[in-house]
Amino acid sequence: MSPSPPAALQTFGLCKDFRGFRAVDGVDLTVAEGSVHALVGPNGAGKTTLFNLLTGFLRPTAGRIEVAGSDITGLPPDRVARRGVARSFQITSLFDQLSAREHVELALASGGGLGWRFWRSDRLLGRHRAGALDLLDRVGLAGVEAALAGTLPYGRKRALELAIALALDPRVLLLDEPTAGMGAEDVERTVELVRQVRGGRTVVLVEHNMSVVADLADRVTVLQAGTVLVEGPYAEVRQDPRVVEAYLGSATTGGATDAAR
Amino acid sequence: MLSRRLGPLWLGLGLLAALALPWLVYPPVALDIACWALFAVALDLLLGFTGLLSFGHAAFWGSSAYATGLVAIHTGLPFPLAVLAGAVVAMALAVPIGWLSVRRTGIYFAMVTLAFAQTIYFVVNQWGSVTGGENGLQGVPRELGGVDLSDPFVFYYWALPIVLLGIAAAWRIVRSPFGRVLVAIRDNPARVRALGYPVERYEVLAIVLSAGLAGLAGGLFAVGHGFASLQEVYWTTSGKVVIMTVLGGIGTLWGPILGAILLVLLEDQLATAGFDGINLVTGLVFVLVVLLFRRGILGTVRHLLLRRRDRRVPDPEPGVEPASAPAVEPAR
Ligand SMILES: Nc1ncnc2c1ncn2[C@@H]1O[C@H](COP(=O)(O)OP(=O)(O)O)[C@@H](O)[C@H]1O
Ligand SMILES: [Mg+2]
Repeated sequence: MSPSPPAALQTFGLCKDFRGFRAVDGVDLTVAEGSVHALVGPNGAGKTTLFNLLTGFLRPTAGRIEVAGSDITGLPPDRVARRGVARSFQITSLFDQLSAREHVELALASGGGLGWRFWRSDRLLGRHRAGALDLLDRVGLAGVEAALAGTLPYGRKRALELAIALALDPRVLLLDEPTAGMGAEDVERTVELVRQVRGGRTVVLVEHNMSVVADLADRVTVLQAGTVLVEGPYAEVRQDPRVVEAYLGSATTGGATDAAR
Repeated sequence: MLSRRLGPLWLGLGLLAALALPWLVYPPVALDIACWALFAVALDLLLGFTGLLSFGHAAFWGSSAYATGLVAIHTGLPFPLAVLAGAVVAMALAVPIGWLSVRRTGIYFAMVTLAFAQTIYFVVNQWGSVTGGENGLQGVPRELGGVDLSDPFVFYYWALPIVLLGIAAAWRIVRSPFGRVLVAIRDNPARVRALGYPVERYEVLAIVLSAGLAGLAGGLFAVGHGFASLQEVYWTTSGKVVIMTVLGGIGTLWGPILGAILLVLLEDQLATAGFDGINLVTGLVFVLVVLLFRRGILGTVRHLLLRRRDRRVPDPEPGVEPASAPAVEPAR
Protein backbone atom coordinates (compact mmCIF):
# COMPACT_ATOMS: atom_id res chain seq x y z
CA MET A 1 0.00 0.00 0.00
CA SER A 2 1.33 3.41 -0.88
CA PRO A 3 0.88 6.31 1.53
CA SER A 4 -1.81 8.74 0.40
CA PRO A 5 -3.47 11.80 1.94
CA PRO A 6 -6.30 10.79 4.28
CA ALA A 7 -9.74 10.59 2.77
CA ALA A 8 -12.15 13.39 3.68
CA LEU A 9 -14.44 10.76 5.09
CA GLN A 10 -13.87 7.10 5.64
CA THR A 11 -15.73 4.28 7.33
CA PHE A 12 -14.43 0.91 8.37
CA GLY A 13 -16.82 -2.00 8.76
CA LEU A 14 -19.65 0.27 9.81
CA CYS A 15 -22.72 -1.56 11.14
CA LYS A 16 -26.02 -0.49 12.65
CA ASP A 17 -28.57 -2.85 14.15
CA PHE A 18 -32.13 -1.88 15.00
CA ARG A 19 -33.37 -4.54 17.40
CA GLY A 20 -31.73 -7.36 15.53
CA PHE A 21 -32.38 -5.89 12.09
CA ARG A 22 -29.12 -4.88 10.44
CA ALA A 23 -29.80 -1.65 8.52
CA VAL A 24 -26.14 -0.92 7.77
CA ASP A 25 -23.96 -3.94 7.35
CA GLY A 26 -20.18 -3.62 7.25
CA VAL A 27 -19.90 -0.55 5.07
CA ASP A 28 -16.38 0.49 4.04
CA LEU A 29 -16.77 3.86 2.39
CA THR A 30 -13.96 6.11 1.23
CA VAL A 31 -14.80 9.60 0.10
CA ALA A 32 -11.87 11.42 -1.48
CA GLU A 33 -11.08 14.97 -0.44
CA GLY A 34 -12.83 17.46 -2.68
CA SER A 35 -14.95 14.91 -4.52
CA VAL A 36 -18.67 14.65 -4.99
CA HIS A 37 -19.72 11.18 -3.97
CA ALA A 38 -23.21 9.93 -4.66
CA LEU A 39 -24.92 7.34 -2.53
CA VAL A 40 -27.70 5.56 -4.33
CA GLY A 41 -29.85 2.56 -3.68
CA PRO A 42 -33.48 1.60 -3.26
CA ASN A 43 -35.60 2.87 -0.39
CA GLY A 44 -34.67 1.11 2.81
CA ALA A 45 -31.11 0.43 1.63
CA GLY A 46 -29.75 2.25 4.68
CA LYS A 47 -28.64 5.55 3.13
CA THR A 48 -30.26 7.79 5.72
CA THR A 49 -29.12 5.50 8.51
CA LEU A 50 -25.59 5.78 7.17
CA PHE A 51 -25.92 9.59 7.25
CA ASN A 52 -27.20 9.41 10.81
CA LEU A 53 -24.16 7.34 11.75
CA LEU A 54 -21.77 9.69 9.98
CA THR A 55 -23.21 12.72 11.80
CA GLY A 56 -23.45 11.21 15.26
CA PHE A 57 -27.24 10.98 15.38
CA LEU A 58 -26.91 7.24 15.70
CA ARG A 59 -24.18 5.27 17.41
CA PRO A 60 -22.73 2.50 15.27
CA THR A 61 -23.16 -1.05 16.53
CA ALA A 62 -19.70 -1.75 15.15
CA GLY A 63 -17.09 -0.05 13.01
CA ARG A 64 -15.25 3.22 12.88
CA ILE A 65 -15.69 6.62 11.20
CA GLU A 66 -12.84 8.96 10.34
CA VAL A 67 -12.94 12.54 9.12
CA ALA A 68 -9.69 13.65 7.49
CA GLY A 69 -7.92 10.84 9.28
CA SER A 70 -9.20 11.50 12.80
CA ASP A 71 -11.63 9.21 14.56
CA ILE A 72 -15.07 10.71 15.19
CA THR A 73 -16.88 7.49 16.09
CA GLY A 74 -19.31 8.09 18.94
CA LEU A 75 -19.05 11.88 18.97
CA PRO A 76 -22.40 13.62 19.50
CA PRO A 77 -23.92 15.47 16.52
CA ASP A 78 -22.93 18.95 17.66
CA ARG A 79 -19.28 17.93 17.99
CA VAL A 80 -19.36 16.24 14.58
CA ALA A 81 -20.82 19.43 13.12
CA ARG A 82 -18.00 21.43 14.67
CA ARG A 83 -15.52 19.07 13.04
CA GLY A 84 -16.75 20.45 9.74
CA VAL A 85 -19.34 17.86 8.76
CA ALA A 86 -22.71 19.39 7.98
CA ARG A 87 -25.82 17.66 6.78
CA SER A 88 -29.21 18.37 5.37
CA PHE A 89 -32.13 16.19 6.35
CA GLN A 90 -34.15 14.01 4.02
CA ILE A 91 -37.29 15.03 5.87
CA THR A 92 -37.37 18.77 5.80
CA SER A 93 -36.41 19.70 9.27
CA LEU A 94 -36.86 23.34 10.09
CA PHE A 95 -38.01 25.61 12.90
CA ASP A 96 -41.63 26.51 12.26
CA GLN A 97 -41.57 29.72 14.25
CA LEU A 98 -38.40 31.21 12.76
CA SER A 99 -38.14 33.10 9.50
CA ALA A 100 -35.93 31.89 6.67
CA ARG A 101 -33.38 34.57 7.49
CA GLU A 102 -33.39 33.67 11.17
CA HIS A 103 -32.62 30.07 10.23
CA VAL A 104 -29.53 31.02 8.33
CA GLU A 105 -28.45 33.53 10.99
CA LEU A 106 -28.70 30.82 13.59
CA ALA A 107 -26.55 28.54 11.48
CA LEU A 108 -24.00 31.28 10.80
CA ALA A 109 -23.84 32.10 14.51
CA SER A 110 -23.20 28.54 15.60
CA GLY A 111 -19.45 28.85 15.22
CA GLY A 112 -18.97 31.70 17.69
CA GLY A 113 -20.27 31.75 21.24
CA LEU A 114 -23.06 34.14 20.34
CA GLY A 115 -25.80 31.68 21.21
CA TRP A 116 -24.91 31.77 24.90
CA ARG A 117 -25.58 35.47 25.32
CA PHE A 118 -28.85 35.50 27.19
CA TRP A 119 -28.28 39.04 28.42
CA ARG A 120 -28.00 40.66 24.99
CA SER A 121 -30.69 41.58 22.49
CA ASP A 122 -31.34 39.15 19.67
CA ARG A 123 -30.58 42.04 17.35
CA LEU A 124 -27.01 40.96 17.93
CA LEU A 125 -27.70 38.14 15.47
CA GLY A 126 -28.18 40.88 12.91
CA ARG A 127 -24.42 40.89 12.42
CA HIS A 128 -25.01 37.78 10.31
CA ARG A 129 -27.83 39.39 8.39
CA ALA A 130 -25.82 40.23 5.29
CA GLY A 131 -24.32 36.75 5.15
CA ALA A 132 -27.74 35.21 5.63
CA LEU A 133 -29.34 37.26 2.86
CA ASP A 134 -26.47 36.39 0.56
CA LEU A 135 -26.91 32.66 1.15
CA LEU A 136 -30.67 32.90 0.74
CA ASP A 137 -30.10 34.66 -2.54
CA ARG A 138 -27.79 31.88 -3.72
CA VAL A 139 -30.38 29.17 -3.07
CA GLY A 140 -33.07 31.22 -4.77
CA LEU A 141 -34.85 32.37 -1.64
CA ALA A 142 -34.31 36.10 -2.07
CA GLY A 143 -37.54 37.87 -1.26
CA VAL A 144 -38.93 35.31 1.16
CA GLU A 145 -36.38 35.86 3.90
CA ALA A 146 -39.06 37.14 6.28
CA ALA A 147 -41.47 34.24 5.77
CA LEU A 148 -41.85 31.77 8.63
CA ALA A 149 -40.35 28.46 7.57
CA GLY A 150 -43.59 26.68 8.37
CA THR A 151 -45.39 28.68 5.67
CA LEU A 152 -42.91 28.03 2.83
CA PRO A 153 -43.85 25.62 0.04
CA TYR A 154 -41.99 22.33 0.03
CA GLY A 155 -39.44 23.07 -2.67
CA ARG A 156 -38.41 26.22 -0.88
CA LYS A 157 -38.06 24.41 2.39
CA ARG A 158 -35.61 22.09 0.66
CA ALA A 159 -33.67 25.09 -0.60
CA LEU A 160 -33.61 26.50 2.93
CA GLU A 161 -32.27 23.17 4.19
CA LEU A 162 -29.41 23.56 1.77
CA ALA A 163 -28.78 27.17 2.78
CA ILE A 164 -28.52 26.20 6.45
CA ALA A 165 -26.07 23.40 5.73
CA LEU A 166 -24.00 25.74 3.59
CA ALA A 167 -24.05 28.39 6.29
CA LEU A 168 -21.92 26.09 8.42
CA ASP A 169 -19.22 26.30 5.74
CA PRO A 170 -18.44 22.61 6.18
CA ARG A 171 -15.49 20.66 4.87
CA VAL A 172 -17.80 17.74 4.26
CA LEU A 173 -21.37 18.38 3.18
CA LEU A 174 -23.86 15.53 3.45
CA LEU A 175 -27.04 16.07 1.47
CA ASP A 176 -29.88 13.62 1.93
CA GLU A 177 -32.06 13.74 -1.18
CA PRO A 178 -31.66 17.48 -1.72
CA THR A 179 -33.86 17.52 -4.81
CA ALA A 180 -36.65 15.24 -3.60
CA GLY A 181 -40.03 16.75 -4.38
CA MET A 182 -38.56 19.67 -6.32
CA GLY A 183 -39.81 20.89 -9.65
CA ALA A 184 -37.45 20.68 -12.64
CA GLU A 185 -36.38 24.29 -12.30
CA ASP A 186 -35.47 23.94 -8.63
CA VAL A 187 -33.60 20.72 -9.35
CA GLU A 188 -31.52 22.53 -11.91
CA ARG A 189 -30.79 25.35 -9.53
CA THR A 190 -29.77 22.90 -6.82
CA VAL A 191 -27.42 21.05 -9.14
CA GLU A 192 -25.89 24.34 -10.19
CA LEU A 193 -25.55 25.37 -6.56
CA VAL A 194 -23.86 22.15 -5.47
CA ARG A 195 -21.47 22.52 -8.36
CA GLN A 196 -20.78 26.09 -7.27
CA VAL A 197 -20.18 25.38 -3.61
CA ARG A 198 -18.09 22.29 -4.01
CA GLY A 199 -14.89 24.26 -4.51
CA GLY A 200 -12.56 22.62 -1.98
CA ARG A 201 -15.46 20.91 -0.29
CA THR A 202 -16.33 17.28 -0.17
CA VAL A 203 -19.94 16.46 -0.91
CA VAL A 204 -21.78 13.24 -0.20
CA LEU A 205 -25.14 13.12 -1.85
CA VAL A 206 -28.04 10.74 -1.51
CA GLU A 207 -29.95 11.10 -4.74
CA HIS A 208 -32.56 9.15 -6.63
CA ASN A 209 -32.53 11.37 -9.68
CA MET A 210 -29.95 9.71 -11.95
CA SER A 211 -29.41 12.70 -14.16
CA VAL A 212 -28.43 14.67 -11.06
CA VAL A 213 -26.01 11.91 -10.12
CA ALA A 214 -24.61 11.83 -13.65
CA ASP A 215 -24.18 15.61 -13.60
CA LEU A 216 -22.54 15.91 -10.23
CA ALA A 217 -20.94 12.76 -8.97
CA ASP A 218 -17.28 11.82 -9.34
CA ARG A 219 -17.96 8.48 -7.75
CA VAL A 220 -21.03 6.49 -6.94
CA THR A 221 -21.64 3.95 -4.20
CA VAL A 222 -24.62 1.69 -4.60
CA LEU A 223 -26.06 0.48 -1.34
CA GLN A 224 -28.42 -2.43 -1.08
CA ALA A 225 -29.80 -3.95 2.09
CA GLY A 226 -27.16 -2.16 4.12
CA THR A 227 -24.16 -3.35 2.13
CA VAL A 228 -22.11 -1.82 -0.66
CA LEU A 229 -23.16 -3.47 -3.91
CA VAL A 230 -20.82 -1.60 -6.25
CA GLU A 231 -18.55 1.41 -6.02
CA GLY A 232 -16.87 3.36 -8.79
CA PRO A 233 -17.19 6.21 -11.29
CA TYR A 234 -20.73 6.79 -12.51
CA ALA A 235 -19.98 5.64 -16.05
CA GLU A 236 -18.75 2.30 -14.76
CA VAL A 237 -21.36 1.80 -12.11
CA ARG A 238 -24.26 2.39 -14.46
CA GLN A 239 -23.06 -0.43 -16.66
CA ASP A 240 -22.29 -2.91 -13.92
CA PRO A 241 -24.57 -5.87 -14.57
CA ARG A 242 -25.38 -6.29 -10.87
CA VAL A 243 -26.49 -2.70 -10.68
CA VAL A 244 -28.46 -2.84 -13.88
CA GLU A 245 -30.23 -5.87 -12.62
CA ALA A 246 -30.77 -4.75 -9.07
CA TYR A 247 -31.55 -1.17 -9.42
CA LEU A 248 -30.40 1.12 -12.16
CA GLY A 249 -32.04 -0.75 -15.02
CA SER A 250 -34.06 2.05 -16.50
CA ALA A 251 -31.42 4.72 -15.91
CA THR A 252 -28.95 3.08 -18.27
CA THR A 253 -31.24 3.93 -21.12
CA GLY A 254 -30.63 7.57 -20.24
CA GLY A 255 -32.82 10.34 -18.95
CA ALA A 256 -33.83 11.48 -15.51
CA THR A 257 -35.33 8.43 -13.95
CA ASP A 258 -36.51 8.23 -10.41
CA ALA A 259 -35.11 4.80 -9.71
CA ALA A 260 -36.76 4.60 -6.32
CA ARG A 261 -40.16 3.92 -7.77
CA MET B 1 -44.80 41.00 14.79
CA LEU B 2 -48.06 42.03 16.35
CA SER B 3 -47.08 41.67 19.99
CA ARG B 4 -43.89 43.64 19.39
CA ARG B 5 -45.65 46.65 17.95
CA LEU B 6 -48.20 46.77 20.74
CA GLY B 7 -45.49 46.02 23.29
CA PRO B 8 -45.19 49.48 24.89
CA LEU B 9 -48.95 49.78 25.28
CA TRP B 10 -49.27 46.43 27.00
CA LEU B 11 -46.23 47.17 29.12
CA GLY B 12 -47.76 50.44 30.32
CA LEU B 13 -51.08 48.79 31.13
CA GLY B 14 -49.30 45.93 32.88
CA LEU B 15 -47.25 48.27 35.05
CA LEU B 16 -50.34 50.27 35.92
CA ALA B 17 -52.17 47.10 36.92
CA ALA B 18 -49.20 45.96 38.99
CA LEU B 19 -49.12 49.29 40.84
CA ALA B 20 -52.88 49.33 41.38
CA LEU B 21 -53.13 45.73 42.48
CA PRO B 22 -52.98 46.20 46.31
CA TRP B 23 -55.85 48.70 46.01
CA LEU B 24 -57.93 46.25 44.06
CA VAL B 25 -57.35 43.12 46.09
CA TYR B 26 -56.37 42.33 49.66
CA PRO B 27 -52.61 43.28 49.82
CA PRO B 28 -51.32 39.83 50.89
CA VAL B 29 -53.19 38.37 47.90
CA ALA B 30 -51.59 41.00 45.69
CA LEU B 31 -48.17 39.83 46.84
CA ASP B 32 -49.13 36.20 46.20
CA ILE B 33 -50.17 37.14 42.69
CA ALA B 34 -46.87 38.91 42.06
CA CYS B 35 -44.81 35.97 43.33
CA TRP B 36 -46.77 33.35 41.44
CA ALA B 37 -46.70 35.47 38.30
CA LEU B 38 -42.90 35.54 38.37
CA PHE B 39 -42.85 31.81 39.16
CA ALA B 40 -45.09 31.05 36.19
CA VAL B 41 -43.01 33.26 33.90
CA ALA B 42 -39.92 31.33 35.04
CA LEU B 43 -41.62 28.05 34.17
CA ASP B 44 -42.69 29.41 30.79
CA LEU B 45 -39.03 29.98 29.96
CA LEU B 46 -38.73 26.19 29.92
CA LEU B 47 -42.20 25.05 28.94
CA GLY B 48 -43.04 27.69 26.35
CA PHE B 49 -39.65 28.70 25.02
CA THR B 50 -37.50 25.57 25.34
CA GLY B 51 -40.15 22.88 25.09
CA LEU B 52 -39.29 21.27 28.44
CA LEU B 53 -42.12 20.38 30.82
CA SER B 54 -40.70 20.60 34.32
CA PHE B 55 -42.96 18.97 36.84
CA GLY B 56 -40.59 19.68 39.67
CA HIS B 57 -40.30 23.43 39.79
CA ALA B 58 -41.30 23.43 43.44
CA ALA B 59 -37.72 22.26 44.03
CA PHE B 60 -36.45 25.70 43.00
CA TRP B 61 -39.23 27.84 44.43
CA GLY B 62 -39.21 25.86 47.67
CA SER B 63 -35.47 25.51 48.17
CA SER B 64 -35.17 29.25 47.72
CA ALA B 65 -38.05 29.86 50.13
CA TYR B 66 -36.18 27.89 52.79
CA ALA B 67 -32.74 29.26 51.93
CA THR B 68 -34.06 32.82 51.91
CA GLY B 69 -35.79 32.23 55.24
CA LEU B 70 -32.66 30.74 56.80
CA VAL B 71 -30.46 33.55 55.54
CA ALA B 72 -32.94 36.17 56.77
CA ILE B 73 -33.27 34.51 60.19
CA HIS B 74 -29.60 33.81 60.81
CA THR B 75 -27.92 36.83 59.24
CA GLY B 76 -30.52 39.57 59.47
CA LEU B 77 -29.54 40.69 55.97
CA PRO B 78 -31.91 43.06 54.14
CA PHE B 79 -34.63 40.96 52.53
CA PRO B 80 -33.61 41.60 48.90
CA LEU B 81 -30.20 40.12 49.64
CA ALA B 82 -31.75 37.14 51.43
CA VAL B 83 -33.99 36.56 48.40
CA LEU B 84 -31.00 36.83 46.11
CA ALA B 85 -29.17 34.27 48.22
CA GLY B 86 -32.20 31.99 47.95
CA ALA B 87 -32.21 32.37 44.17
CA VAL B 88 -28.52 31.50 44.03
CA VAL B 89 -29.19 28.33 46.05
CA ALA B 90 -31.99 27.40 43.62
CA MET B 91 -29.66 27.96 40.66
CA ALA B 92 -26.92 25.88 42.24
CA LEU B 93 -29.43 23.10 42.78
CA ALA B 94 -30.57 23.41 39.17
CA VAL B 95 -27.14 22.55 37.83
CA PRO B 96 -27.10 18.87 38.88
CA ILE B 97 -30.87 18.48 38.52
CA GLY B 98 -30.76 20.00 35.05
CA TRP B 99 -27.72 18.03 34.03
CA LEU B 100 -29.30 14.74 35.01
CA SER B 101 -32.76 15.44 33.61
CA VAL B 102 -31.97 16.83 30.14
CA ARG B 103 -30.91 13.37 29.08
CA ARG B 104 -34.60 12.54 29.04
CA THR B 105 -37.26 14.10 26.86
CA GLY B 106 -41.01 14.64 27.00
CA ILE B 107 -42.88 12.88 29.75
CA TYR B 108 -39.66 11.25 31.02
CA PHE B 109 -38.13 14.65 31.56
CA ALA B 110 -41.21 15.64 33.56
CA MET B 111 -40.95 12.48 35.65
CA VAL B 112 -37.26 12.96 36.42
CA THR B 113 -37.81 16.56 37.52
CA LEU B 114 -40.71 15.41 39.68
CA ALA B 115 -38.51 12.75 41.25
CA PHE B 116 -35.83 15.30 42.10
CA ALA B 117 -38.40 17.66 43.58
CA GLN B 118 -39.76 14.86 45.76
CA THR B 119 -36.21 14.15 46.92
CA ILE B 120 -35.88 17.79 47.98
CA TYR B 121 -39.21 17.53 49.76
CA PHE B 122 -37.98 14.45 51.60
CA VAL B 123 -34.75 16.16 52.66
CA VAL B 124 -36.54 19.29 53.88
CA ASN B 125 -39.04 17.18 55.80
CA GLN B 126 -36.37 15.01 57.44
CA TRP B 127 -33.95 17.80 58.22
CA GLY B 128 -36.21 19.20 60.93
CA SER B 129 -33.49 20.72 63.07
CA VAL B 130 -32.76 23.24 60.31
CA THR B 131 -36.00 23.51 58.37
CA GLY B 132 -38.54 23.05 61.14
CA GLY B 133 -39.79 19.83 59.54
CA GLU B 134 -43.56 19.61 59.43
CA ASN B 135 -43.99 22.92 61.23
CA GLY B 136 -42.16 24.76 58.50
CA LEU B 137 -39.59 27.49 58.98
CA GLN B 138 -41.21 30.07 61.24
CA GLY B 139 -40.35 33.67 61.99
CA VAL B 140 -38.76 34.80 58.72
CA PRO B 141 -38.11 38.53 59.26
CA ARG B 142 -38.70 41.33 56.76
CA GLU B 143 -35.57 43.35 57.24
CA LEU B 144 -34.61 46.43 55.25
CA GLY B 145 -32.36 48.86 57.12
CA GLY B 146 -34.97 49.77 59.69
CA VAL B 147 -37.82 50.47 57.24
CA ASP B 148 -41.13 49.34 58.73
CA LEU B 149 -42.37 46.61 56.40
CA SER B 150 -44.95 45.07 58.70
CA ASP B 151 -47.84 46.42 56.61
CA PRO B 152 -48.38 44.01 53.66
CA PHE B 153 -49.53 46.99 51.60
CA VAL B 154 -46.17 48.68 52.09
CA PHE B 155 -44.18 45.50 51.64
CA TYR B 156 -45.87 44.86 48.30
CA TYR B 157 -44.28 47.99 46.85
CA TRP B 158 -40.86 47.00 48.15
CA ALA B 159 -41.23 43.53 46.72
CA LEU B 160 -42.69 44.57 43.36
CA PRO B 161 -39.40 45.87 41.87
CA ILE B 162 -37.82 42.46 42.42
CA VAL B 163 -40.71 40.75 40.65
CA LEU B 164 -40.58 43.25 37.79
CA LEU B 165 -36.82 42.83 37.46
CA GLY B 166 -37.32 39.09 37.31
CA ILE B 167 -39.95 39.38 34.60
CA ALA B 168 -37.77 41.85 32.71
CA ALA B 169 -34.91 39.35 32.88
CA ALA B 170 -37.17 36.66 31.42
CA TRP B 171 -38.21 39.07 28.68
CA ARG B 172 -34.58 39.78 27.86
CA ILE B 173 -33.68 36.09 27.84
CA VAL B 174 -36.39 35.08 25.39
CA ARG B 175 -35.40 37.92 23.09
CA SER B 176 -31.67 37.24 23.21
CA PRO B 177 -29.49 35.18 20.89
CA PHE B 178 -29.75 32.48 23.57
CA GLY B 179 -33.53 32.74 23.46
CA ARG B 180 -33.43 32.26 19.69
CA VAL B 181 -31.49 29.04 20.16
CA LEU B 182 -33.99 27.93 22.80
CA VAL B 183 -36.95 28.44 20.48
CA ALA B 184 -35.09 26.50 17.80
CA ILE B 185 -34.48 23.68 20.29
CA ARG B 186 -38.17 23.69 21.16
CA ASP B 187 -39.15 23.44 17.49
CA ASN B 188 -36.51 20.93 16.42
CA PRO B 189 -33.71 19.78 18.73
CA ALA B 190 -32.11 17.46 16.19
CA ARG B 191 -31.69 20.27 13.73
CA VAL B 192 -30.11 22.53 16.34
CA ARG B 193 -27.65 19.77 17.16
CA ALA B 194 -26.80 19.39 13.49
CA LEU B 195 -25.93 23.08 13.46
CA GLY B 196 -23.26 22.41 16.07
CA TYR B 197 -25.07 23.71 19.16
CA PRO B 198 -24.63 21.52 22.26
CA VAL B 199 -28.36 21.25 22.92
CA GLU B 200 -28.13 19.67 26.41
CA ARG B 201 -25.90 22.44 27.70
CA TYR B 202 -28.26 25.06 26.37
CA GLU B 203 -31.11 23.28 28.11
CA VAL B 204 -29.18 23.14 31.38
CA LEU B 205 -28.52 26.87 31.24
CA ALA B 206 -32.20 27.47 30.52
CA ILE B 207 -33.10 25.39 33.56
CA VAL B 208 -30.61 27.25 35.75
CA LEU B 209 -31.92 30.64 34.63
CA SER B 210 -35.50 29.50 35.12
CA ALA B 211 -34.60 28.18 38.57
CA GLY B 212 -33.07 31.53 39.46
CA LEU B 213 -36.27 33.37 38.61
CA ALA B 214 -38.40 30.75 40.36
CA GLY B 215 -36.05 31.20 43.32
CA LEU B 216 -36.58 34.97 43.41
CA ALA B 217 -40.31 34.33 43.47
CA GLY B 218 -40.15 31.64 46.16
CA GLY B 219 -37.84 33.69 48.36
CA LEU B 220 -40.10 36.73 48.18
CA PHE B 221 -43.07 34.51 48.94
CA ALA B 222 -41.39 33.26 52.12
CA VAL B 223 -40.45 36.76 53.24
CA GLY B 224 -43.95 37.99 52.45
CA HIS B 225 -45.61 35.27 54.50
CA GLY B 226 -43.01 35.32 57.27
CA PHE B 227 -42.45 31.58 56.98
CA ALA B 228 -41.59 28.77 54.58
CA SER B 229 -43.81 25.71 54.73
CA LEU B 230 -43.44 22.19 53.38
CA GLN B 231 -46.12 23.15 50.87
CA GLU B 232 -43.42 25.16 49.08
CA VAL B 233 -41.48 22.01 48.12
CA TYR B 234 -44.52 19.77 47.65
CA TRP B 235 -45.47 18.46 44.21
CA THR B 236 -48.82 20.28 44.26
CA THR B 237 -46.84 23.52 44.01
CA SER B 238 -45.11 22.20 40.89
CA GLY B 239 -48.52 21.27 39.51
CA LYS B 240 -50.07 24.60 40.33
CA VAL B 241 -47.46 26.62 38.45
CA VAL B 242 -47.84 24.34 35.41
CA ILE B 243 -51.60 24.90 35.50
CA MET B 244 -51.19 28.68 35.69
CA THR B 245 -48.77 28.73 32.79
CA VAL B 246 -50.86 26.49 30.57
CA LEU B 247 -54.06 28.31 31.55
CA GLY B 248 -52.64 31.68 30.51
CA GLY B 249 -50.88 30.35 27.41
CA ILE B 250 -47.34 29.01 27.13
CA GLY B 251 -44.68 30.77 25.14
CA THR B 252 -46.21 34.19 25.68
CA LEU B 253 -44.81 35.49 29.03
CA TRP B 254 -47.99 37.57 29.45
CA GLY B 255 -50.06 34.40 29.55
CA PRO B 256 -48.46 32.95 32.68
CA ILE B 257 -48.95 36.29 34.45
CA LEU B 258 -52.63 36.22 33.54
CA GLY B 259 -52.84 32.59 34.61
CA ALA B 260 -51.30 33.43 37.98
CA ILE B 261 -53.73 36.28 38.55
CA LEU B 262 -56.75 34.14 37.71
CA LEU B 263 -55.72 31.11 39.72
CA VAL B 264 -54.61 32.98 42.85
CA LEU B 265 -57.84 35.02 42.79
CA LEU B 266 -59.92 31.89 42.26
CA GLU B 267 -58.25 30.13 45.15
CA ASP B 268 -58.63 33.19 47.35
CA GLN B 269 -62.35 33.43 46.56
CA LEU B 270 -62.87 29.78 47.30
CA ALA B 271 -60.88 29.96 50.53
CA THR B 272 -62.80 33.02 51.73
CA ALA B 273 -66.04 31.24 50.97
CA GLY B 274 -64.83 28.43 53.21
CA PHE B 275 -64.75 25.95 50.37
CA ASP B 276 -62.19 23.22 50.98
CA GLY B 277 -62.12 21.52 47.58
CA ILE B 278 -59.73 24.06 46.08
CA ASN B 279 -57.50 21.50 44.41
CA LEU B 280 -60.52 19.88 42.84
CA VAL B 281 -61.67 23.15 41.28
CA THR B 282 -58.13 24.00 40.13
CA GLY B 283 -57.87 20.59 38.57
CA LEU B 284 -61.21 21.00 36.79
CA VAL B 285 -60.16 24.38 35.43
CA PHE B 286 -57.03 22.74 34.09
CA VAL B 287 -58.94 19.92 32.43
CA LEU B 288 -61.30 22.42 30.81
CA VAL B 289 -58.44 24.52 29.48
CA VAL B 290 -56.59 21.53 28.08
CA LEU B 291 -59.75 20.20 26.45
CA LEU B 292 -61.24 23.44 25.16
CA PHE B 293 -58.32 25.67 24.33
CA ARG B 294 -55.02 23.93 24.37
CA ARG B 295 -53.14 27.13 23.70
CA GLY B 296 -54.36 28.78 26.88
CA ILE B 297 -56.13 32.10 27.03
CA LEU B 298 -53.51 34.37 25.47
CA GLY B 299 -52.30 31.67 23.10
CA THR B 300 -55.84 31.27 21.76
CA VAL B 301 -56.26 35.01 21.29
CA ARG B 302 -52.92 35.26 19.51
CA HIS B 303 -53.71 32.29 17.31
CA LEU B 304 -56.99 33.86 16.21
CA LEU B 305 -55.25 37.15 15.42
CA LEU B 306 -52.47 35.41 13.49
CA ARG B 307 -54.96 33.37 11.55
CA ARG B 308 -56.70 36.53 10.45
CA ARG B 309 -53.37 37.94 9.37
CA ASP B 310 -52.30 34.78 7.56
CA ARG B 311 -55.39 34.86 5.42
CA ARG B 312 -54.06 37.99 3.80
CA VAL B 313 -50.80 36.30 2.82
CA PRO B 314 -50.86 35.31 -0.88
CA ASP B 315 -50.92 31.63 -1.70
CA PRO B 316 -47.57 29.92 -2.29
CA GLU B 317 -46.60 29.15 -5.84
CA PRO B 318 -48.35 26.02 -7.11
CA GLY B 319 -46.77 22.84 -8.38
CA VAL B 320 -43.85 22.42 -6.00
CA GLU B 321 -45.62 20.66 -3.18
CA PRO B 322 -45.50 16.87 -3.20
CA ALA B 323 -48.49 14.92 -2.04
CA SER B 324 -46.90 13.74 1.16
CA ALA B 325 -43.68 13.79 3.12
CA PRO B 326 -41.50 10.67 3.17
CA ALA B 327 -40.83 8.41 6.14
CA VAL B 328 -39.64 9.37 9.57
CA GLU B 329 -36.17 10.09 10.87
CA PRO B 330 -35.00 9.70 14.47
CA ALA B 331 -36.10 12.67 16.55
CA ARG B 332 -32.97 13.31 18.55
N1 LIG C 1 -34.73 4.40 13.94
C1 LIG C 1 -34.97 3.24 13.32
N2 LIG C 1 -35.47 2.18 14.00
C2 LIG C 1 -35.70 1.00 13.38
N3 LIG C 1 -35.49 0.80 12.08
C3 LIG C 1 -35.02 1.80 11.33
C4 LIG C 1 -34.73 3.07 11.91
N4 LIG C 1 -34.25 3.88 10.93
C5 LIG C 1 -34.25 3.16 9.81
N5 LIG C 1 -34.69 1.91 10.04
C6 LIG C 1 -34.78 0.82 9.06
O1 LIG C 1 -33.52 0.71 8.46
C7 LIG C 1 -33.66 0.49 7.08
C8 LIG C 1 -32.90 1.54 6.30
O2 LIG C 1 -33.61 2.75 6.39
P1 LIG C 1 -33.05 4.10 5.79
O3 LIG C 1 -31.67 4.28 6.23
O4 LIG C 1 -34.02 5.18 6.11
O5 LIG C 1 -33.10 3.78 4.23
P2 LIG C 1 -32.93 4.75 2.98
O6 LIG C 1 -32.58 6.12 3.47
O7 LIG C 1 -31.87 4.13 2.16
O8 LIG C 1 -34.24 4.74 2.26
C9 LIG C 1 -35.15 0.47 6.76
O9 LIG C 1 -35.57 -0.87 6.73
C10 LIG C 1 -35.75 1.18 7.94
O10 LIG C 1 -37.01 0.68 8.21
MG1 LIG D 1 -33.48 7.91 3.24
